Amino acid sequence: MEVSRRTANLLGGGGGGRGLNLKETELCLGLPGGGGGSEVAPEAPKANGKRGYSETVDLKLNLHTKEPATLDLKDMPIKNGLKEKNLLASADSTKDPAKPPAKAQVVGWPPVRSYRKNMMSNKNNKDEGSTDQKTSTASAVAFVKVSMDGAPYLRKVDLKMYNSYDQLSDALGKMFSSFTMGNYGAQEMIDFMNESKLMDLLNSSEYVPTYEDKDGDWMLVGDVPWEMFVESCKRLRIMKGSEAIGLAPRAMEKCKSRS
Amino acid sequence: MAYSFPEEVLEHVFSFLHSDRDRNAVSLVCKSWYEIDRWSRRRVFIGNCYAISPRAVIRRFPEVRSIKIKGKPHFADFNLVPDGWGGYVFPWITAMASSYPWLEEIHLKRMVVTNACLELIAKSFKNFRVLVLSTCEGFSTDGLASIAANCRNLRELDLRDSEVDDLSGHWLSHFPDSYTSLVSLNISCLGSEVSFSALERLVSRCPNLRSLSLNRAVPIDRIACLLRQAPQLVELGTGAYNAELRPDVFSSLSGAFSCLKELRSLSGFWDAVPAYIPAVYSVCSGITSLNLSYTTMQNPDLTKLVSQCPNLQQLWVLDYIEDCGLEAVAASCKDLRELRVFPSDPYEEDEFDIALTERGLVSVSEGCTNLQSVLYFCRQMSNAALISIAQNRPNLTRFRLCIIEPRSPDYLTLQPLDAGFGAIVEHCKGLRRLSLSGLLTDRVFEYIGTHAKKLEMLSVAFAGESDLGLHLVLSGCESLRKLEIRDCPFGDKALLANAEKLETMRSLWMSSCSVSFGACKLLCRRMPRLNVEVIDETSEVAESRPESFTVQKLYIYRSVAGPRLDMPDYVLSMGEESPDLIG
Repeated sequence: MEVSRRTANLLGGGGGGRGLNLKETELCLGLPGGGGGSEVAPEAPKANGKRGYSETVDLKLNLHTKEPATLDLKDMPIKNGLKEKNLLASADSTKDPAKPPAKAQVVGWPPVRSYRKNMMSNKNNKDEGSTDQKTSTASAVAFVKVSMDGAPYLRKVDLKMYNSYDQLSDALGKMFSSFTMGNYGAQEMIDFMNESKLMDLLNSSEYVPTYEDKDGDWMLVGDVPWEMFVESCKRLRIMKGSEAIGLAPRAMEKCKSRS
Repeated sequence: MAYSFPEEVLEHVFSFLHSDRDRNAVSLVCKSWYEIDRWSRRRVFIGNCYAISPRAVIRRFPEVRSIKIKGKPHFADFNLVPDGWGGYVFPWITAMASSYPWLEEIHLKRMVVTNACLELIAKSFKNFRVLVLSTCEGFSTDGLASIAANCRNLRELDLRDSEVDDLSGHWLSHFPDSYTSLVSLNISCLGSEVSFSALERLVSRCPNLRSLSLNRAVPIDRIACLLRQAPQLVELGTGAYNAELRPDVFSSLSGAFSCLKELRSLSGFWDAVPAYIPAVYSVCSGITSLNLSYTTMQNPDLTKLVSQCPNLQQLWVLDYIEDCGLEAVAASCKDLRELRVFPSDPYEEDEFDIALTERGLVSVSEGCTNLQSVLYFCRQMSNAALISIAQNRPNLTRFRLCIIEPRSPDYLTLQPLDAGFGAIVEHCKGLRRLSLSGLLTDRVFEYIGTHAKKLEMLSVAFAGESDLGLHLVLSGCESLRKLEIRDCPFGDKALLANAEKLETMRSLWMSSCSVSFGACKLLCRRMPRLNVEVIDETSEVAESRPESFTVQKLYIYRSVAGPRLDMPDYVLSMGEESPDLIG
């Protein structure tokens, strides 16, 4: 099959032809002090005419003979078989095989100037001693990631922009409206006072917002006063009610402790 | 020769030549033209402060009024150059203090500037007008106070991106009451609060003020009264742009902006609160430059703001703009010439946060026919996208792409991105600057060496497979001046085979590559007008290194000044002490 032959060319570096034949571009060295002028393919222009070092370094460049003007980009590898594409397409795919499993920070990479890094990290920096800024409040912003089960990407919200759960709920509804088809936006915030209503919700396929607090516990959104929530929330996740059922016992306890 | 032009006529003709290259060419025609150019050259650009001695510059050009000097290599911006490396401007200032009493302008980039330098500048140049310190360090606000107090004719003070030891905002009050000539002030990099009343009085008594970039500490409710004092502003950088929404503050701000009929450039907007953004809508139609790269504002507010600027030519923004925002830019900002998209969270580990992809850049390349300059950080790229971009925009002159994860392949095909970058250099024949990223084999360097004939600066990281890659670039890129490489398997062979090429370039930086100590010594011996500096931060004594030892970092640059004398312990010059070649 055409596709696999091309793939073989690309990977195996087999006979001539037009794939990425890297063997042909191998840089070879002659012995120092040996052989006369270097053999350089005509389309590898040198910056100057001198060959001062050909006595010591003898380069043999067998560059792939292509007309520079017609770089045959049609030969770029076409998509591989469906199998690999599926691996990439699925949102649940595990790490791409080309990436290393653990991410150690590389010095100076990505190439972003330090004042840019500081700008962004300062937005979450609750330390008033920071030399780059003196903000009037303890922390002017509180960005948290919001993920929704089934949505292809995360969003971030600044909790300090809202004053109540209703406002947050509105904003989340708008943000993810294209994914929920109305299952999220319309509802009110969870009523913790009403035990049976709560259980109905958690048994349904409606989406409920949950959050991870400072201790790493996942809780239903709405169980603590708003200000306390803003301080303790580290990230948000919108999941189906039926999945949130495991969080119910804590919610129930809180419910009971209030009534 | 009785019929030759009088010198004054030639000098007048030369005054129309603005580029250094043209003036350099003219100076080579004959001795008298050389002399006329010498005496009439008013602006000098020193691309590498160690390429020539201050004395040599002064000797050749005795009547300079404006000087621009660059110090550290570009990779110093990303912490690859250790502290104390060099780039000290003090020797230049002392030399010029005695020889250029009429000096008006000093522009410095990546240099170490001390308070002593600033004091010397303030005292030595009676007609001093312009001080631009770009990405400099080594001075404090005390040095700024000297400048403010003594430079009666100062027009421009621009501290862009410098690291200043910010002791207090008091320095601004050192501008005397009689001082009225300010045209441009950029203090955006400073952290401390300057006295607002001093700032306000300064703004109100300087009728020629055109450019004002405030720092984050200036709160939003103070901007309006500043703007009312300076309706002639062309460039404005706001301070922090957040507060609880108060209708009186909003309407005051909105009214103040609507008076800025000349405003063309906006920046700042730290911590911007969307509710206050509509206050600037009245100026959007005239805006040509927008720098939102410090604001954490997101969509839809971010896109809404940018799409209101139909005359936008330059946009710097964070990846909060997302693909949808860039599509809107492509539709609304038809005169866009430069786009820079920075990562909001460079160390973001979560793979699902991908609302900005290659699609945004492709949209802009389709919709913005004047697009010439791109700097784009993203997390995925494909050859198909790069080929599209190249075909859409053959007029690109600067293309810098940073795919955040090193060695990322084409995410659709898992192939290297050689073909994509190959298309860029093939189609964009005027390309002068290129930064590569992603998974790249030696093949991409073949494309670059073959096609990138106008390329002047190339940045390479985590790419290539062998010395062939480096050789192809050094032997093929005729216009190459600056080459910076990190973490590539390039070594001795390519370097030694292209030694002469290095003298046609300003500089070469290689770090975490495979160059040996022995090759560095060999190179240095062969090329006396190259300074070959090895940076070695490990503790062992450098002289005891074997020839085969792989150097950590290597900086090679052409120079007529010989090896420099201010190297710290960890920098080794490979040459022996050579006499000053100027004599």
